[in-house]
Amino acid sequence: MDLSQAYSSMWADIAAALPLVIVSLAGLVVVVFDAYRNRHAATPLITLAALVLAFAVEIPALSADGTAFHGMLRIGGAAAFVNLLILGSGILTVMLAMPYLKRLDMHIGEVYSMVLFATAGMLMLGAANHLVTIFVGLETMSVCLYILTGLVRKNQGAIESALKYFLLGAFSTGFFLYGMALLYGATGTMSLSDMQVAAGSGSVMFWAGVALLLVGFLFKVSAVPFHMWTPDVYQGAPTPLVGFMSTASKAAAFAALITVLVLALPPERWTGVLAVFAVITMVIGNVLALSQSNVKRMLAYSSIAHAGYILVALAAGTPEGYSGALFYLLVYTVMNIGAFGVMSQLEWDDAQGSTQSLDSLAGVGYRRPLLGWTMVFFMFSLAGFPPLAGFLGKWAVFAPAIDADLVWLAITGVLASAVSAYYYLRVLVVFFMKSARDGEPGTAAGEAFVIPTMTRGVLIFCTALLVVLGVTTFAWDLTGTFFG
Amino acid sequence: MDSASLIYAILLFPLAGAAINGLLGLFMPSWRKQERLIGILGTAMVALPFAAFVVLFLSFDGNASITRFFTWMAAGDLTIDFAYRIDQLSLLMGLVVTGVGSLIHVYSIGYMHGDDGFWRFFAYLNLFIFMMLNLILGDNLVVLFLGWEGVGLCSYLLIGFWYRNLANSAAANKAFIMNRVGDFAFLVAMFILFREVGALDMSSLIAAGSSMDPTMLSLAVFLLFMGATGKSAQIPLFTWLPDAMAGPTPVSALIHAATMVTSGLYLLARLSPLVLLAPGVMTLIAIVGATTALVAATIAITQNDIKKVLAYSTVSQLGYMFVATGVGAFYVAIFHVMTHAFFKGCLFLGSGSVIHGMHHVEHELAHDGHGHKLDPQDMRTMGGLKQFMPATRMTFLISTLAIAGIPLLAGFFSKDEILFKAFEAASFGFPAAWFVWGVGLMTALLTAIYMIRAYVLTFEGSPRWPHADTLHPHESPASMTVPLWVLAGLSVVGGFLGIPAVIAHGDLNWIHHWLAGDHGPVAERLFDGHVALAMEWALIALGSGVAIVGVTLGWRWYTRQGLAFDDALASRFGGLWKLFQGKYFVDEAYDKAIVRPIIGGARYVFAPFDKYVVDGLVNGTAFLTRALSFVLKYFQTGLVPSYAVGIVFGVVLIVWLMLF
Repeated sequence: MDLSQAYSSMWADIAAALPLVIVSLAGLVVVVFDAYRNRHAATPLITLAALVLAFAVEIPALSADGTAFHGMLRIGGAAAFVNLLILGSGILTVMLAMPYLKRLDMHIGEVYSMVLFATAGMLMLGAANHLVTIFVGLETMSVCLYILTGLVRKNQGAIESALKYFLLGAFSTGFFLYGMALLYGATGTMSLSDMQVAAGSGSVMFWAGVALLLVGFLFKVSAVPFHMWTPDVYQGAPTPLVGFMSTASKAAAFAALITVLVLALPPERWTGVLAVFAVITMVIGNVLALSQSNVKRMLAYSSIAHAGYILVALAAGTPEGYSGALFYLLVYTVMNIGAFGVMSQLEWDDAQGSTQSLDSLAGVGYRRPLLGWTMVFFMFSLAGFPPLAGFLGKWAVFAPAIDADLVWLAITGVLASAVSAYYYLRVLVVFFMKSARDGEPGTAAGEAFVIPTMTRGVLIFCTALLVVLGVTTFAWDLTGTFFG
Repeated sequence: MDSASLIYAILLFPLAGAAINGLLGLFMPSWRKQERLIGILGTAMVALPFAAFVVLFLSFDGNASITRFFTWMAAGDLTIDFAYRIDQLSLLMGLVVTGVGSLIHVYSIGYMHGDDGFWRFFAYLNLFIFMMLNLILGDNLVVLFLGWEGVGLCSYLLIGFWYRNLANSAAANKAFIMNRVGDFAFLVAMFILFREVGALDMSSLIAAGSSMDPTMLSLAVFLLFMGATGKSAQIPLFTWLPDAMAGPTPVSALIHAATMVTSGLYLLARLSPLVLLAPGVMTLIAIVGATTALVAATIAITQNDIKKVLAYSTVSQLGYMFVATGVGAFYVAIFHVMTHAFFKGCLFLGSGSVIHGMHHVEHELAHDGHGHKLDPQDMRTMGGLKQFMPATRMTFLISTLAIAGIPLLAGFFSKDEILFKAFEAASFGFPAAWFVWGVGLMTALLTAIYMIRAYVLTFEGSPRWPHADTLHPHESPASMTVPLWVLAGLSVVGGFLGIPAVIAHGDLNWIHHWLAGDHGPVAERLFDGHVALAMEWALIALGSGVAIVGVTLGWRWYTRQGLAFDDALASRFGGLWKLFQGKYFVDEAYDKAIVRPIIGGARYVFAPFDKYVVDGLVNGTAFLTRALSFVLKYFQTGLVPSYAVGIVFGVVLIVWLMLF
């Protein structure tokens, strides 16, 4: 292509990808602003404003359909849905993080610029239509997340987990790049929309490339056995940001994976592979969650298990499966941000909750009813109880597997999620049915602070949304329109 | 108002009454004191539906109409709507249920006065009416079953209403559990019908009857009949009904005489075109009905508890109705359901009035400190009540004569029609009906005797309770006597709705035209010939004669000898009398043959199985899962190199899976 052509469509492309532009620019603004007005109260508000603006701009794009920047990005439809999901997750995260960091007296402006840059990376990843944009988005997102993990360094754990995350992430990125190279070698194109035709039925080189590419994705969504960084990182990172990492980054990675599956791959071979990884992810994630005594670690394993449920839907390889996966990502985002939001308010040991055990939470549901009762909703929804959204979400991911004759896979999923009820409900047992022992740190010191209004708002909003998504199907119906 | 909104009103008023009285009573203790308000509200919520039924009845154009409110459930081929059918049968039943129901609600205001559970009682009664209306109006078997189970639940709640007495709770449990047996059969019948027909609404079922596999149809009808024996207390599931008298007397009148226990008959009448296609089962129904009628009547004659007499009498009368069903005269069964609701409702309410009065005597006796204990339901300590309770006595007498079948009272018409239909069936090719007819006649004689015995022991002669010279019961308040008079009046005139065919060739038989006429929903068995007119008159004379003889004999025996005559009978009949008095020892037999083996099996076989095998499997699985979790935890070392090894393992796995 010649440059004049590129410039001629530039303004239209920028308009189509406006949320990405807004978020990127806001990130730059925050960096500069923070450099001159360190610890200024306006920093988080600028961030929030940028995210809300981007969210508002993206809403009309839901009904659009097309590409921008010469086929590098997809616009509208599923991409818009995922973008909204990422931006929504970002908004809720900033609203949770703002009072949280204030309470810890950690006014770090870089947190907000990193959230913005990570969001920009995710937006690019979620809307990518080309292997290069996938890679750029993936790396932008990942590098920001490595930094975010270690940024709030009140203790050693944060830095340690950031380093682990970085090393292992770099390792998996190597495989991912290698896979890209093989795919390019096998097909001669990096554009996802051209790859399916170019691949034909696929050479060995092609399928090896697919396998290595999948490694990168499975690492990002923390599927077993690429999951081992997850518990350490989730435990060490600041709690509200864990909510962000565990939801938005997975949504972006899954969206890119779905794009690859739908556009680039011939429809065979990979379903069985995904089914195998779905099974081991669900089983091992759930089984390991059983024996955790730290709630954040338990939630980390639970997020591994949930990635397994989504892989079930993808393994079905049908339009219903993809739309079910997108719906599940929405539900999962709402309940996970809520759960981590509650946990972020229950940290009264000095290590920001990284040593926070179940025992120290005994009876907290009665002492802090708002946290207790919203946690009831989040846990029941995570466990998949009707009428909450978690139930409908599980339906949306398991039903396509049954329709695709993967009954054994769906049964494994249902059994695995039956196991999950144990550890989710155990949290509630501790919250409500145990009484605090004397001398627990929580009863004396940490509980005195008032829950910030903004946090209350986020928790109540998430709870209400779980009920709404559980009893109405509008969001599910919406995802159903994306895949043909 | 159009009929849809009327049906809404009919269904929602009782439900609202139950909800208001129940919830306010539950959460607002001050509401419980508002007896007047509770009573008026509860009664209005039944009286208004009655008014709505009257409107529907008057504007009925002869065509069945179905009102669909919304879909209850839809799964695969099965779609169940909340659909309600208004036709001749459901209108008649609705009028009886809400009409008699309203009267009994009024009566309950007086009867339950001062009871701690006044609010609860009215909430349950309204809920019962709601469920009963679902049963009779439902256009498919599932809505009917909802009502069927709902009335069972209300029956359970009301039998055990005074739950502090363990015997009452036991009676409630017995009723519920025995009904479950019948309900199970009903459910299986529904499954069969759904499998054969593919739908469960009445029109589809009836339309599909002739094309169904006859064996399956017979099986389904048999199972429906089994369900009916549970709800309508027939052999072998009749023993719960006498025990159900543990509930307050208005409950006995409403649920265990006038309405709920007749729902089995209603079910068979509703599906009468199907039943007619299973003649073998019909013969069985007739024989079971006749046997039940005789057995219950012989027990009734030996009972001393006034409510128990009436309870066995109910079982016996229900047996008559099943006889009518069995010989193919479904409309006559419904006719008897209606007249029985009048006179048996009146009898039960009368007995309630008596108990109310005797309760006062019991209370006074206990107060005096004489140490006398008095069972207010035992007829042996009654007698001579006619001077203290004239209204109760008069209405009781009228309805006694009505049930005995004294000519021109309600029971005469319906019972005579049943016997005539049995005779007709016997004459035209159904020899088993001879047995049924003979047993029916004998039962009619016994009915007259035991009813007049109950009347005489209660109201005639001289008082037999301690200190009868100073202690008197009082007549019940107007809220109780007015319903008695209304029901007594209906027991007198109710029979004229079914004037037998001997007069004007049946043109005056309104109930026949209404239910089984050209557009009527109830089928009937048609015979090849006609019984000669003279024969019909002779049969009427025979039936009347039996009733008159029974009443006269009973009157003579019991006014002259009183309780001593029971002893004379006992010594005359010896073992037979003991058999009657012991209720044929059915309870004991069930206890030995069913209850004990089940309890023993539960205790020695199933409990260990559950504990060691089932729990063992469950706990073993849980243990293994936790053990696995414990082992897997050791792979999570926290060291980056071991994590990287995990990733390499995953890479090898995925490449291998993808390529080979």
